[in-house]
Amino acid sequence: MAPLIVCEDLWKIYRIGDVEVQALRGINLTIERGEFVAVMGTSGSGKSTLMNLLGCLDQPTRGRYELDGLNVATAKPDLLAELRNRQIGFVFQSFNLIPRTSALENAQLPLFYRGLSIKEQRAQAAAALRRVGLAGREQHYPTQLSGGQQQRVAIARALVGAPSILFADEPTGNLDTSSSREIMSILEQLNREDGITIILVTHESDIAAYASRELVMKDGQIVQDVRRAPHLTVV
Amino acid sequence: MPAFILLTVMTALRILSRNRLRAGLTMLGIVIGVGAVIAMVSIGQGARASVQAQVASMGTNVIIIMPGSTTVSGVRGGQGGAVTLTVGDAAELKKRSPLLSDTGWAKRDVMQIVNGNRNWNGPVNGISPSYLTIRDWSFTSGGPFTHTDLERAARVALIGQTTLENLFDPGEEAIGATIRIKNVPFQVVGVLAPKGQSAQGSDQDDVIFIPFTTAERKVFGSQFLGSVGALFASTEQSADLPEAVDQIREVLRARHRLQGEQADDFTIRTQVDIGKVQESTSQTLTVMLFAIASVSLLVGGIGIMNILLVSVMERTREIGVRMAVGAKRLHILMQFLIEAVTLSLFGGLIGVVVGIVGARLTTVIAGWPTIISFDAIITAFVFSLAVGLFFGLYPANKAARLNPIEALRYE
Repeated sequence: MAPLIVCEDLWKIYRIGDVEVQALRGINLTIERGEFVAVMGTSGSGKSTLMNLLGCLDQPTRGRYELDGLNVATAKPDLLAELRNRQIGFVFQSFNLIPRTSALENAQLPLFYRGLSIKEQRAQAAAALRRVGLAGREQHYPTQLSGGQQQRVAIARALVGAPSILFADEPTGNLDTSSSREIMSILEQLNREDGITIILVTHESDIAAYASRELVMKDGQIVQDVRRAPHLTVV
Repeated sequence: MPAFILLTVMTALRILSRNRLRAGLTMLGIVIGVGAVIAMVSIGQGARASVQAQVASMGTNVIIIMPGSTTVSGVRGGQGGAVTLTVGDAAELKKRSPLLSDTGWAKRDVMQIVNGNRNWNGPVNGISPSYLTIRDWSFTSGGPFTHTDLERAARVALIGQTTLENLFDPGEEAIGATIRIKNVPFQVVGVLAPKGQSAQGSDQDDVIFIPFTTAERKVFGSQFLGSVGALFASTEQSADLPEAVDQIREVLRARHRLQGEQADDFTIRTQVDIGKVQESTSQTLTVMLFAIASVSLLVGGIGIMNILLVSVMERTREIGVRMAVGAKRLHILMQFLIEAVTLSLFGGLIGVVVGIVGARLTTVIAGWPTIISFDAIITAFVFSLAVGLFFGLYPANKAARLNPIEALRYE
């Protein structure tokens, strides 16, 4: 089967006033289905830009990006939205739950835009919440949940639509150690049991250790790409 | 899509209900605008209906012919000053103008009227019996006097409701009673049904009718027998009025021996003319009120736009999240448009209630007649919908065009 992600000579150049910023400088990258990739690097190394591109939130200045055989680099905004809806799940550092909206409704959101019936949306969202260990918290508002629980709602939202890739941008950045471990073990489970490809952006090596492949970025380029047996014993 | 719209409406309602005060203040402009439209149209229609009733109270298809002005050594008197119209003119008109179904005449003067120890000063009209039919007078008791009464100059009188109240005690029998007009005794033979205010605002029920001949010979004392205050005529069809007016002018000009260039020595007015004057007044009012209402709706719309722009700013991150999980531009656009329309429709709904209550209060407090117009309610409602759509479009479009990455990063 063809690889899930294929990037060839991917460039992203921003122009801020007269200054040209080369955020990505010729990225070549292939990611297979089921991989668990950690992207590391200092801030400003281009890892967030890469994730935005791979997550179809943004498009490259030049170069080729194929997601599941589809050329994303030149796709129209509505197609990008469709791709994000069906293929991609996001987990953010700051959870980004919709405020004053129940856990269930937050988890429903991708299905809402898929146009499913309300009944189906609810059933699938409830299943996703069960999956992340939040059964019984469906009606809780984000403010009634701890940071770890909020992030689990976010994971439920990311996986409710059965995406092929899950992007996690510093998912444990705002969490304490024990919550971080919980979140990482859920991600690990999703990768192992459901075969969801996970791309994790982090600058903490003990978090990156969950991944089976580690990319290190510097100045908009991948400077290191290591595959290894995942360090499952890290707790 | 139906699930999407339903859920979006529910979301909009919830978001609005979270900020009740803000939503209420935002809607206020629409509430006032719609309320004003409904109340004003109700008042306007009420006024128009009462004007129409007043004009109709004159009779049906009535033509009034007034004498022209006098000119004495270059000093012109007012309209009706001259005594150019006569009973003979009326007879001639009836004979020569086939469009006229009836002609009548009247002459009025204000006189002191006495009944026992009570007295009243009111207009006394000497009339032909036909005047009563032309002007559609009916009776609560008794009946009209006859042609015989006219020929004999009988001392009989018909009294209006106001006159009745002023001359007789409540419950006192007026029919058959003798009243004195300028010391001449008259027997009351009829009490007229009330007509209310005239189109000019005078009390039509403050009136006494006596036979024309009696009036000119025994009460008023005329310089020229047969000269009248005004001639009245009516046609079968209101469509005949303009042609009838032309016929009357022709007949009277011939009878008065007026040459080609000479001006008419009389003035002809029809019920339609009188109605038009009243209508144009109420139209001016309506236009003014509509202007106020539109300004109010405009301000309300800008209020909605303003609040929505704030809302888009506040919820930038939320919009980013929605886009990240797959919301298309259309979804975001619809979400904010539905919020705008929900606001304006709710405002419209409350406005309708406020308008109806306002109209009712106007009737109760000021005593103005009002008619709640279903059309106005629908129009106001549609307008508030349009205002919501129009003023919601800009903020909604702004939200839909946000860049997802920037929206997600927005602090």
